[in-house]
Amino acid sequence: MRVYLEAARMSYRCYRTYGAATLAGLATNGFFGLLRSSVFIAFYEGRPIAEGYTLDDALTYVWLTQGMIMPLFLWGWLEIADTIRSGSIASDLAKPLDYFGFWLGRDLGRAAYHILYRWLPTILIGLIFFGIGLPGSALAWLAFALSFLLAIVLSFCLRFMINVVGFWTTDVRGIMGMVLLFVNFLTGFLVPLEFFPPALRAIVTELPFAAMISIPNKIFLEQAQGRDLLLLLGRQLFWVVVFVGAAWLLLRSATRKLVVQGG
Amino acid sequence: MPLVHVEHLQKRFRVAERGGGPLGALRRVISREGRGVREVAAVEDISFAIGRGEMVAYVGPNGAGKSTTIKMLTGILVPSGGSVVVDGLIPWRQRTMLAARIGVVFGQRTQLWWDLPLIESLRLLRHIYKVPEGRYREKLARLTDLLDLGPFLDRPVRQLSLGQRMRGDLAASLLHDPKILYLDEPTIGLDVVAKERIRTFLLDLNRREGVTVLLTTHDMADISRLCERMLIIDHGKLLYDGGVGAIAERYGGERRLVVDLAEDVAAPAVPGARLERREGTRLWLSFRREEIGAPALIAALTARYAIRDLTLEEPDIEAVVRRIYEEGLP
Repeated sequence: MRVYLEAARMSYRCYRTYGAATLAGLATNGFFGLLRSSVFIAFYEGRPIAEGYTLDDALTYVWLTQGMIMPLFLWGWLEIADTIRSGSIASDLAKPLDYFGFWLGRDLGRAAYHILYRWLPTILIGLIFFGIGLPGSALAWLAFALSFLLAIVLSFCLRFMINVVGFWTTDVRGIMGMVLLFVNFLTGFLVPLEFFPPALRAIVTELPFAAMISIPNKIFLEQAQGRDLLLLLGRQLFWVVVFVGAAWLLLRSATRKLVVQGG
Repeated sequence: MPLVHVEHLQKRFRVAERGGGPLGALRRVISREGRGVREVAAVEDISFAIGRGEMVAYVGPNGAGKSTTIKMLTGILVPSGGSVVVDGLIPWRQRTMLAARIGVVFGQRTQLWWDLPLIESLRLLRHIYKVPEGRYREKLARLTDLLDLGPFLDRPVRQLSLGQRMRGDLAASLLHDPKILYLDEPTIGLDVVAKERIRTFLLDLNRREGVTVLLTTHDMADISRLCERMLIIDHGKLLYDGGVGAIAERYGGERRLVVDLAEDVAAPAVPGARLERREGTRLWLSFRREEIGAPALIAALTARYAIRDLTLEEPDIEAVVRRIYEEGLP
């Protein structure tokens, strides 16, 4: 267990060495947050509420999801695939380590950095310039924290599996690109899933992608209480269990017929 | 029972012909066959055994199958045929268990965390290998001393020179007291001083702590300085397994005596030696150990001619190995 904590700590410190990148990233997130906010402000012109979202809800949703971009890192994470391409994965595999746990630890350390230095500032920008609403009780914050953590683990599993495909083909960029195209819509990142046409919405809320952004977002907006809240968290937990299992199986068959690059 | 036992080892890779674009990649993932699949044998048929405490060179031209063999010995690659047993374990089945008993250095890559101080990587390794705190401190102090890590333990790895990084990688591979150390080109790209430092360290490690070492390298000086035995492979097959000194002896390796005569001699000749070259009063005589010993040759020479100076040259391993690569075994 200790080794995974250490891996998390070191990964956190690695990301901390690139402060300038963080600043540039924040500026980009802020710019697109502004853009998305403007679209919603225009949309809500003369319309007090849409699909259960007030303008304030929509703005909160915009800044929350902007902040979640880096902690979830759904857009193009290829760290493992890169070690397969370069062959440096050989050193990791020649160690008495649980490979999945090792990378999960590293990713949680990275996510901790991105929560502190990307999510928090983005929320603050939303709070200061758009007066977005925050969860009103300690319990609501706790529920959101748990939901956020589950979403991060889930996103890690998805990224892990895409990267591990690199054992079979050294070019995972294409697959990553395709999956992310879906991710933008199906997670509820571009538009809340509630805005989808009812038939489509009924399907997408059942998919695991909804558990990555849509559910934490609903919990942040306190759209679900009591039993409903527990159901949402339970749904996330269910997908985490399924995804961890799938990632583990994929890794097992990958290491069985391993091709390490380089002679 | 030897520590490493390899029998008729074989590794074939299936290389898929590449189809274009992201859809091509997806197709290759989904369908096993893809389009045209070629089989390439990286290791064809290799057998050898390494005993405890040996220091063996594993030599061959680029693409001969050296790294592939090492990856199979560590359990990273699954063999296509044959068997491997390392310290009683089957590497690819018991990879994690074996991992605690071996150390690996891939000279061209580092296992250290690029952005963090060296000491951080070492500390993580202590947790990976579950080295007790006291033992770790002792070991770290010793390695710091022997490899002179002190000046750069706290510097980010990306700022280290290649020689420093390699020393860091060596320390990283030894923290958990492995029984076997696999070194894949540990001196590549290093300057003479840095190379010598690493060689001295390895010799000491092998002599004093009895660590078994399997070393791949292209540097013949590494081999003659460190190893008594060498394995030469090419095209995935074992060409030679025997003494480092013996190889030159056996395959065209003649010793050479360079003689400066005090005066010009019309047709110098010594029984048992062949006149290879001649420039004025300087003669190059080559001879085989089994035909005539160096003292006998020198005695015969001094009996016949007035001699100003003598140099004895041992056979050049590099030349022999180059010839083996180019022409196969004579």
